[in-house]
Amino acid sequence: MAKGIFVIAEQRDGALRKVSFELASAARKLADQTGDEVSAILLGSGVENIAAELGKFGVDKVFVGDNAALEPYITEAHAQVVAKILKDNDAAIALFGASVQGKDLSARVAAKLAGGLATDCTDVKIDGGKFVAIRPMYAGKCFGEVVFNTTPAMASLRPNVFAAVENAKTAAVTKVDVAVDAQKSKILEVQKDTSGKVDLTEANIIVSGGRGMKGPDEYKILEELADVLKGTVGASRAAVDAGWRPQKDQVGQTGKVVSPNLYIACGISGAIQHLAGMSSSKCIVAINKDAEAPIFAKADFGVVDDLFKVVPELTSACKKLLA
Amino acid sequence: MNIIACVKQVPDTEAQIKVKADGSGIDDGQIKWVMNPYDEYGVEEALKLKEKNGGDVTIVSVGPARAMETIRTALAMGADKGIHISDPALDNADAFVTASALASAIKGIPHDIIFCGQRAIDDDSGQVGAMLAELLGIPQLTLVTKLDYAGSSVKVIKPIEGAQLSVETSLPCVVTAQKGLNEPRYASLPGIMKAKKKPVDVKNAAALGISSDVKAKVAKVVPPPARAAGKIICGDDAAQKAAELARCLREEAKVI
Repeated sequence: MAKGIFVIAEQRDGALRKVSFELASAARKLADQTGDEVSAILLGSGVENIAAELGKFGVDKVFVGDNAALEPYITEAHAQVVAKILKDNDAAIALFGASVQGKDLSARVAAKLAGGLATDCTDVKIDGGKFVAIRPMYAGKCFGEVVFNTTPAMASLRPNVFAAVENAKTAAVTKVDVAVDAQKSKILEVQKDTSGKVDLTEANIIVSGGRGMKGPDEYKILEELADVLKGTVGASRAAVDAGWRPQKDQVGQTGKVVSPNLYIACGISGAIQHLAGMSSSKCIVAINKDAEAPIFAKADFGVVDDLFKVVPELTSACKKLLA
Repeated sequence: MNIIACVKQVPDTEAQIKVKADGSGIDDGQIKWVMNPYDEYGVEEALKLKEKNGGDVTIVSVGPARAMETIRTALAMGADKGIHISDPALDNADAFVTASALASAIKGIPHDIIFCGQRAIDDDSGQVGAMLAELLGIPQLTLVTKLDYAGSSVKVIKPIEGAQLSVETSLPCVVTAQKGLNEPRYASLPGIMKAKKKPVDVKNAAALGISSDVKAKVAKVVPPPARAAGKIICGDDAAQKAAELARCLREEAKVI
């Protein structure tokens, strides 16, 4: 019988990404119910020294695949190794991050194993001894409870939703011998965003602007608020389609789906396609002069007033509070 | 060039989604159906490649009878022919079954580049493109925002968290399209007229030799969790409201 809960850790440039700890913690919680062991799979080149960090978040055992062909990440190479480790160990459950890399990898692994995969889950549980994954569908307009007919049951977990909980274990590190086929794909260049801003999908605080911002230059007041709160600026589809903000800033059904601790919507009316992208945020603030705007129905705190007056005042109020 | 574009018919982004009382799915009576927006980028890129390099574009879709409208839309945009995989046994297909059906249909025809949307906006799974690539044994390039074709290979740009990658791969390959790749064209009136006469091959699961047994099953669909009623911040002016909001965020919500 399949056993063991596996997490597929994600590292970039030799550092574990936060989602890896979120996966480890979620797996630990499940394992404490099923009595399983938590194993992590960590792939790359020269990554053995970071394997033990996973133990701090409840991982019992780390399978390290160390090979120059696994750095940088190439889908087909990583999928080959991950699928082999899951199969060789007869894994019962495998958790991936629903990051760009995790989504790319998990679907390829699932096809290799002819297995079921639930993407971008916001909750996972053991129900009647079976693994159940809960995930938003129609961009959060409804939720699906997914069950699995194959093992391993696979799920990718939405970043920022599952808490990373310290749970000190001493993880046993096992090096696995990985043979990797010659690859057809090659990374030619990595162009890093040098703005120092956290990506929207990983941000704890997002200050977002919509049509009510009136133009691209007006976003300066949102940038200032985001700077004080150490947050990232997002935008609605209307603002992106108008060319005020780049594509990567778009939150919504045809943009990014985000779950920050705090989402401040400024001049965003709350079209259903926008709400779909941010309604899993923990705390939602709406600032809009139209008291009838649908965004207020989703907001924990609403301010009905001119955002061009409120936002600068909020920036200075926060500056004082955080000083 | 032999170019394939996979399309799916989905509810419009403005559609209100109502969950059936028994949790078995969504009530699709009042829905306006459209081509998945991400698939539109795939179709557009396929047409641009054809216009520049010659060849033809085949549209492949898995879906019930109504999905034919979406295939015709793609043909009206300028694609040449279609394959409609339609079978009641596939109505509850998961990503693996869908990818198997697409792979089986595409295996038999020449293909240099296969486009899929990066995800469909109904089930939001985003798995089919990668699964299709694996089942065909070819590389995948997901979430692509720019594509350059160079004979036997392609070079693409794909954004990741905090960076963007330039990736090169050999053909054939699967490319999943992300917003930003292009601006999809509208079908012209002559295009719509011509589309009616373009060939569409209809196939069922048996003809493709695939199983409809799902690996992952949506056992229950539920409405999103309700949010507690919010608080409207009062004050004499913007400054007062802002100060009170900052206090609430700090002391009540504890998020700053």
